[in-house]
Amino acid sequence: MPTSLTTRRTFLATTGATLAMPALMIPASAQGLAPTSTMRGGSNNYRPGAPIVERIGGGGFWMTGTVRRAGDGAPLEGQRIQMWAHTTEGHERDAHSHGATLTNVNGEFRLEMPQIVPAFGQPHGHLAYDSGDFETVFLRPVMESASDTTLHVAFVLQPV
Amino acid sequence: MGRLRAIGVWAALIGAMVVPLIVALQSPLLAWRDTIYIGAGFAGIIAMGGLLIQPLFIGGRLPGTTPFTGRRFHQIVGLCLVIAIVLHVGGLLITSPPDVIDVLLFRSPTPFAIWGVLAMWAMFATAILAALRRPLKFRPKVWRLAHTGLAGIIVIGTVLHAFLIEGTMGAWSKTALAACVVAAAGKVIWDRKAWRRVQADQRQA
Repeated sequence: MPTSLTTRRTFLATTGATLAMPALMIPASAQGLAPTSTMRGGSNNYRPGAPIVERIGGGGFWMTGTVRRAGDGAPLEGQRIQMWAHTTEGHERDAHSHGATLTNVNGEFRLEMPQIVPAFGQPHGHLAYDSGDFETVFLRPVMESASDTTLHVAFVLQPV
Repeated sequence: MGRLRAIGVWAALIGAMVVPLIVALQSPLLAWRDTIYIGAGFAGIIAMGGLLIQPLFIGGRLPGTTPFTGRRFHQIVGLCLVIAIVLHVGGLLITSPPDVIDVLLFRSPTPFAIWGVLAMWAMFATAILAALRRPLKFRPKVWRLAHTGLAGIIVIGTVLHAFLIEGTMGAWSKTALAACVVAAAGKVIWDRKAWRRVQADQRQA
């Protein structure tokens, strides 16, 4: 019976794990937060310059999200996020289906809009960051269920 | 007895095609769509129903049809399917041009769109081949294999397309129609065995 807890096998396993740790930790470290890429179809029916509004139409559905800086993950305040969707009040292409809002000091945004309904086969929304200080990003998140009354979206922006 | 069976077969077929339309007409989604978008969607549902009856005309399995009239109906329904698909895609193109352009360029984020566009091109190819069959004097084995292969792509593409879509069709009626479409096409393709008749042609040659 070996009395020592360190056998050749455990030695190799623990040393290997220790050597691998720095590599495993990189994604969580300060330099690691990767920017969000534009999604396919994200810019479809985009209308540049949607106005900043208190609410899109009659509301009832909440689009929420966060905006952070790539790399250090710092929350970005005052960033303009545009959104549009096929809702109970209009098609994606309709001007009144579009609106924008600004992020707060914590890099969070939330804007009330009409209920998103399935269109072109999926219940989905569109969001855009295109103010120029960071790389432009278009997103097209799909709701898990058409009966969801909120959709949360995370932006990580790459400085230009 | 023969007449009763004929009535039963036709009633079942018409039911399988019409019930999905009636169910889709009850969809709450219609309230939030304009006329062109609704029409485009229903052109797609009608085309899927047409796919059920289409192979049966040529399989000689429909009461009241002869091989000659069956072939004639097969050609007429084929032309109607092409028109329905043009209306389906055209209506969607008017509703949301960038989404349809993405689909046609195979860069859409939605997988069902790829299946639909695959079925569409297979259907157009079928129509073109059918129109050129006599002028270009295709050999029978070439025609049979090409037509059967394209028909298989149309059926599989259409069923997957419809299945993956969250739209106006009801889940049950969509599943039932899809099963009927696959069963009808599968039965006729299996019975006619285009591949085996090719081997027979080769033996004779």
